[in-house]
Amino acid sequence: MLLIHCPYCDETLPELEFAYAGQAHVVRAADPSSQTDEEWRDFLFIRDNVKGVHAERWQHVHGCGRFFNALRHTVSDKFLTTYKAGEPRPVLDDTERSA
Amino acid sequence: MNPYRVYGKGRIDHRAPVSFTFDGKTYEGRRGDTVASALLANGVHLMGRSFKYHRPRGPVSAGSEEPNALIGTKRGTGRYEPNTRATVQEIYPGLKTNSQNTYPSLKFDLGAVNDAAYMLFSAGFYYKTFMWPKSFWDKVYEPFIREAAGLGRSPTERDPDHYASRYHHTDVLVVGTGPAGIAAALSAARTGLRVTLVDENAEAGGTLLSEPQAVIDGAPAWDWLEAQLAELKALGVRVMTRTTAIGYYHQNMVALCEKLTDHLDAPDPDMPRERMWRVRAGQVILAQGALEKPLVFDGNDRPGVMLAGAAQTYLHRYGVLVGKRAVVATSHDSAWYASFDLHDEGCEIAAIVDTRADLRADLVEAAAARGIEMHLNHSVSGTDGRLRVKSIRINRMRDGKAAFGRRIFCDCVLMSGGWTPSLHLFSHTMGKLAWNDDLTAFLPDVKTEACQIAGAGRGLWGIEAALNDGFAMGAAAAEALGKSGATPTLGVTHDRTGTGVTQIELPTDRSPSSARAFVDYQNDVTAKDLRLAVREGMRSIEHVKRYTTNGMATDQGKMSNINGLNIAADALGKPQPQVGLTTFRPPYTPTTFGAFAGYHKGGHFEVTRKTPIDGWAEKNGAVYEPVSLWRRAWYFPQNGEDMDQAVARECRATRESLGIFDASTLGKIEVVGPDAVEFMNRMYTNPWTKLAPGRARYGLLLGDDGFIRDDGVIGRMSQDRFHVTTTTGGAARVLNMMEDYLQTEWGDLQVWLTSTTEQWATIALNGPNARKLLEPLTEGLDLSDEAFPHMSVAECTIAGLPARLFRISFTGELGFEVNVPARHGRALWETLMDAGAQYDICPYGTETMHVLRAEKGYIIVGQDTDGTVTPYDAGIGWAVGKAKPDFVGKRGLARPDLVAPGRKQLVGLLTEDHSKLEEGAQIVRDPKEAVPMTMVGHVTSSYDSVAMGRPIALALLAGGHDLMGEIVHIPMPDRIIAAKVTGTVFYDPDNTRLKL
Repeated sequence: MLLIHCPYCDETLPELEFAYAGQAHVVRAADPSSQTDEEWRDFLFIRDNVKGVHAERWQHVHGCGRFFNALRHTVSDKFLTTYKAGEPRPVLDDTERSA
Repeated sequence: MNPYRVYGKGRIDHRAPVSFTFDGKTYEGRRGDTVASALLANGVHLMGRSFKYHRPRGPVSAGSEEPNALIGTKRGTGRYEPNTRATVQEIYPGLKTNSQNTYPSLKFDLGAVNDAAYMLFSAGFYYKTFMWPKSFWDKVYEPFIREAAGLGRSPTERDPDHYASRYHHTDVLVVGTGPAGIAAALSAARTGLRVTLVDENAEAGGTLLSEPQAVIDGAPAWDWLEAQLAELKALGVRVMTRTTAIGYYHQNMVALCEKLTDHLDAPDPDMPRERMWRVRAGQVILAQGALEKPLVFDGNDRPGVMLAGAAQTYLHRYGVLVGKRAVVATSHDSAWYASFDLHDEGCEIAAIVDTRADLRADLVEAAAARGIEMHLNHSVSGTDGRLRVKSIRINRMRDGKAAFGRRIFCDCVLMSGGWTPSLHLFSHTMGKLAWNDDLTAFLPDVKTEACQIAGAGRGLWGIEAALNDGFAMGAAAAEALGKSGATPTLGVTHDRTGTGVTQIELPTDRSPSSARAFVDYQNDVTAKDLRLAVREGMRSIEHVKRYTTNGMATDQGKMSNINGLNIAADALGKPQPQVGLTTFRPPYTPTTFGAFAGYHKGGHFEVTRKTPIDGWAEKNGAVYEPVSLWRRAWYFPQNGEDMDQAVARECRATRESLGIFDASTLGKIEVVGPDAVEFMNRMYTNPWTKLAPGRARYGLLLGDDGFIRDDGVIGRMSQDRFHVTTTTGGAARVLNMMEDYLQTEWGDLQVWLTSTTEQWATIALNGPNARKLLEPLTEGLDLSDEAFPHMSVAECTIAGLPARLFRISFTGELGFEVNVPARHGRALWETLMDAGAQYDICPYGTETMHVLRAEKGYIIVGQDTDGTVTPYDAGIGWAVGKAKPDFVGKRGLARPDLVAPGRKQLVGLLTEDHSKLEEGAQIVRDPKEAVPMTMVGHVTSSYDSVAMGRPIALALLAGGHDLMGEIVHIPMPDRIIAAKVTGTVFYDPDNTRLKL
């Protein structure tokens, strides 16, 4: 079982308290009506399938209830870092990237 | 009397006889025996039959890796367990055991006919044999395979035992109590760290228990062991025996299965049988040692043929000689030591047969001094004997080829093909392995977790090497945790280090195609099968494994994987690393379902949510149905009514006078804040700005894809406060979805969301007499139609209780829903029941609720919709606030496919013959169309309607809104039913009854 650091609670807690919530940094357009069919399709359905570092959302659903973002390596499953919703995706150095 | 027992030897209690049965016959063992050691002490090697060929088999090992000696164990009713390894199961008085996979008996087995027909059962025979003719599959092949499949028989009774689970946190977890593990635990614990030391065996000591000759730091091995265990105890180390590390998971979580009662004479019934530990360790030290490999030769599976190391263990740990006259066949030095030990205790060693030409002088001298015949540079080409080995056939080798063979009579064969490190737990972590050509073994290489590997597990042979590596790795683990300690180095005399060579199947002078040289004993995979798999095109070891089933038995290839790899690599002409090793997965050894389930069984399997009124329903004979985690009253049968009769009565009573329904499970969310109305505008399809406080509205929730997610009536309590209701099953989902948008998309809104589902008890009153019942009980509110019309909400006092009262209806009748604080729910229900007696008030359940709403065409999200239904498809486009600039799903509703013609739309169906349709039944337009017919939709809801005097149904039908009045067809197994397409509102389409 993974241990996950909630950036709001600032505690590292068992995976059981959290729920995965899909890819991070998928922005809902401020004015959806202005979106083309292709843009809206991409927003709804098109997701990365990364082998390596993946930015994804998690919710501390059985804790503070907040949604936050994480960088996780999809091969090792390891969490490289977590950060609050709205913050930009952190830049990793090469060692962290390959973890 | 145990004819093969060496009195005074071993760790067993010679003065404590223990009786048990095997296949109905009583045997006597000693306290400390396993079933295998006790049967061997009685001269019994034959313990089971193999899976495919039903060949007679006996134990080949002395530990948890045993593939052959699988037995059933029984302790009274319900406590039968198949596939127990006889080498692990400790005996206790009264233990009943039986052999498996035998018919009619272990000694005479009809399935052994498969053995004679082995040519038909070669690698991949399932794939080849059962392919044709196609029609044979259902009638012939599948029943045959099902009958033949599986080892042992599942118990049929409910398991009366209970199983526990616990978490454990420790600085250092050490797996394995051999010399490496004990040393690692010592050096870590001496730095003050919390250390946990586990071993799957009944007793700590590992290899030390099988090598009492060693002298460690001047002390005999067993004395040294006792002293170290005492020091570990004094240091506060938690030592857990009979505890298997079954899986190594992320971030140093290791699962341990502790067996608590299977060895006890009379377990306390309150004691759990097993306990699953979830251990989170700062550092893990794997000291699992190595497993001995069999040699691969014709007849290497005959009872009496076993690993040399196992024979050594049976002698030293259990005081058992596995035979009176042994032949040792080996390619590794370690078997020489085993033969010396057996010789010295009175077993005649008829010969040592070694595949190597050059041996260490000291070994040859030691054998010569004992008068043991030696055959170097020899191969083994067969064994004889029906139920027990009687002789072995050996061949001198010239230029790697076997010359003419000769027989040596014996009653057991001790073999060794060398040792392979136990990599299983390390492999669970996805740690990388490196091939070591000298050892012909994979060794742990790149680690992914905070762990150390010590001793034979990383290819170090001998007690001294393992011990000192253990000390070093314990210190390394301590250092990684910020502690530093000494790394002692101890000297070991009479240590048994050795080397060997690795063999593929041994050369034979006979036809290799008739050789039954087993690689995987349990699944009956021979060297020939592996070569055939390669010839037939399997290139990766993963394919070879699945084609032959090598390594797929309950021992997970502990003995067969490396031999299988070496043979496959030879057949492919590639080095082993290029062929690869199959992946080891948890659990390390077979683990009971009970241990995994732990406390989560029966009523504790999952939470059962009950409403405040549940107790009343139970007392009044409700039949329940599960709705998500809730149990809800389904109907209330009276006087022996069946479900149909009860539901018909409840429906009639509600429409004619008054029904009462527990709606407490409805999801409730309090939406509060200065921006509450804007939030509601963005979240739900409907416009909310103009909804006045005190009014309620049907709310529809979509996903951004435009499909219906949830619905419910929403009341505006004040300018900044909404009482939102959701479907019973959707409550948590809807709250999460709201939170998601609020937190991550609309940070500009000042809104707070609170789940209030369990804060309110909700009682629905429906029927023409609903107001008459409520009016005298209500204070502070005029309930007249003018003052409190349909779709109103107000706070008031009902029966002296603070209440939120909605005037809404899910039945089409005059309806109210009373919300009171949950703790008052039962009292209010009983008050209403008493006061309602004059109107023959009728409690109804979810089935009646479903029928009444279907008569009115009110949808149930998830039943009449399936995640691909838009509001327009469902005929509730009126709920969409088209003028709003945005709401969740608005853009989605404009997607090309959602506005295309021919979408499935919700309609009513009335069968021509007045029969009731089956929910889920498919609909076709042309009943004469050839199969496969074009399916244009399906029935979503179907009920007998008392109000309509006939069955009614709702259905999703392609282009259904344009097919009103047309006939569609529902093919059933026995006939095709014709039905007329109608609107969805069957009863009171003008809503006159809502406005009473």
